[in-house]
Amino acid sequence: MARLQLDTLSKRYGDFYAAQDVSLDIADGEFLTLLGPSGCGKTTTLRMVAGFVEPTSGMIHIGEREVTELPPWRRNTGLVFQNYALFPHMSVAQNVGFGLEMRGVAKAQREPKILEALRLVRLEHLADRLPRQLSGGQQQRVALARALAFQPDVLLLDEPLSNLDAKLRQEVRLEIRNLQQRLGITTVMVTHDQEEALTMADRLVVMAEGRIQQVGTQRDLYERPATPFVAGFVGRSTFLRGRMKADVLVLESGLSVRCGRRLVGDAVLALRPERVTLTAEPPAGFDNVFIGEVEIVSYMGGLTDVHVRISPSDRIIAQIANGEGVRLPEVGNRVHVAWSSNAAIFAVPREKQPEAVH
Amino acid sequence: MSTVRRAPREALRTRTRRRRLGSIVLNGVALIAFLYILTPLVFVTWLSFYLQSIPSYPPQGYSLRWYSQAATNQQFIDAFVLSAQLGVIATAIGLLLALPAALGLVRVRFRGRALVSNILLMPLIVPGIVLGFALYVFQVEIEIRSGLPVIGSFWGLVWGHVLLTIPWIVRLIVASLEGMDRAQEEAAMNLGANRFTTFRRITVPAILPGVVAGALFGFVSSFGNLEMSLFLVGPGRTTLPISILQYLQWRIDPTIAAVSVIQIVIVVAAMLFTDRFVKISRVV
Repeated sequence: MARLQLDTLSKRYGDFYAAQDVSLDIADGEFLTLLGPSGCGKTTTLRMVAGFVEPTSGMIHIGEREVTELPPWRRNTGLVFQNYALFPHMSVAQNVGFGLEMRGVAKAQREPKILEALRLVRLEHLADRLPRQLSGGQQQRVALARALAFQPDVLLLDEPLSNLDAKLRQEVRLEIRNLQQRLGITTVMVTHDQEEALTMADRLVVMAEGRIQQVGTQRDLYERPATPFVAGFVGRSTFLRGRMKADVLVLESGLSVRCGRRLVGDAVLALRPERVTLTAEPPAGFDNVFIGEVEIVSYMGGLTDVHVRISPSDRIIAQIANGEGVRLPEVGNRVHVAWSSNAAIFAVPREKQPEAVH
Repeated sequence: MSTVRRAPREALRTRTRRRRLGSIVLNGVALIAFLYILTPLVFVTWLSFYLQSIPSYPPQGYSLRWYSQAATNQQFIDAFVLSAQLGVIATAIGLLLALPAALGLVRVRFRGRALVSNILLMPLIVPGIVLGFALYVFQVEIEIRSGLPVIGSFWGLVWGHVLLTIPWIVRLIVASLEGMDRAQEEAAMNLGANRFTTFRRITVPAILPGVVAGALFGFVSSFGNLEMSLFLVGPGRTTLPISILQYLQWRIDPTIAAVSVIQIVIVVAAMLFTDRFVKISRVV
């Protein structure tokens, strides 16, 4: 168990930065998740920590040890691979005991530790099976037990849930989180699934194009995204683009949106669907009210998404909580969409930012 | 109403019928191919049990005399021993050369990789006569220049046969290396195994079927080689295929059939035996 520090870590391939100036300080026992689309540098970062990718520059510390130059087998990290990478010719027990064996632990001393690790993932009854005799979920747990059995300083998880079906994923998610908290092991997970990231981590790191976009808690990222990319990647947003005049954003369609913030030049504004109010009659108490036509109504159980076109080039997504007596608008209805200027979660100069998703 | 409903059912029936017809055709073709391969083997085996010495139909009776004939013929025994030694040694040397070559081809990105890979397959493509002749000329040159007895020597023969085994071994090891999940090696290193331990404990077991299959095929192609060996054997040193050919120049009795059956049985037994330990069918 140890603190993990990455100091301006970069990996360059020719002119291309797979990861650039990644600096993170992960506390002992913290669960940190690297989140981003494929190619954002999250996996490269994880592999630099594990020692499979040699950084072009920067430093890595695990606890007091500087490990930047150390080969993978001298780092004492436990890595769970996306495809589990179990050794097919070894039994579950041999797989789990491999790390101990490599550390010169005698066979007699290995056995109780193997059982203990298997007990953590509730698989002690399958110790003698071969990996191919296990289900995907069981293989995943063996991989986890194998990565924990030798008590690594840091646990690394590379998209550990992506090969499981949706229902199992929910379960394993909680299980990994519980285990991590019980053992108090410093953990770094890589994922592209924001829901996964939101439910598991103490802190999240959103990456795009090799760089860290934002580091923070779930709430920080959702309510105060630092870049349009984060606003689009964590949760959903409607983006409005235009030019700032004092505290008003003038959209390309000519509509004026009050932002409650003064900026200069081109800017992007992001709105969370649940912060937008939808009414039939003109509502009171909002400083942004537009009339539009309902284009899409998509019912999703507890919530309904309503897409409203307020100009030929602008469409707002509003979210309605379904419930007793809630009347849903219909496609083609004329409605009022409204939000107060402080609901705009975000407004920044539109510079060279990574393109937001959606 | 009923016609509307019947239409799709009929279409379904036609489709099922068509699919059934397709599978009959496929099975038929497979059967023909199978018979084509198997017929000569069946006839050779049958012939080896004939009583009469001139192969003619119908057989006048059955006996095992040709087997005892073959087993007591000193020429065949010597040739068999030589071919077996040759095959084992050539395969062993072939393995030592081909394993690093295959690792290099798969794991190292270098210029001319495709070229090297094709050159390593050459002995399969170049006719045995050409290969044998070229080697023979080369060995003559070496002998003239160095005075070493190369021509017709055992090691001269081994040299040629190593060339026969290399393409098989390289191909099959390359195939199993390419099919291997490299994350397993990374997992081993992550767990504390250095490169050598990882190779020994993870890579070797993973590619073992390819290594064994390659060795087996290499051995078989060495054991059965005739054309190239013709140029490389020396006096009093004949391989089994050559002694079969020599025997056939004078007689056509079923001894040859018996020798062939023994050969077939050995190869099939070797394949079945190794398949019990490593699933060769996975790589070939």
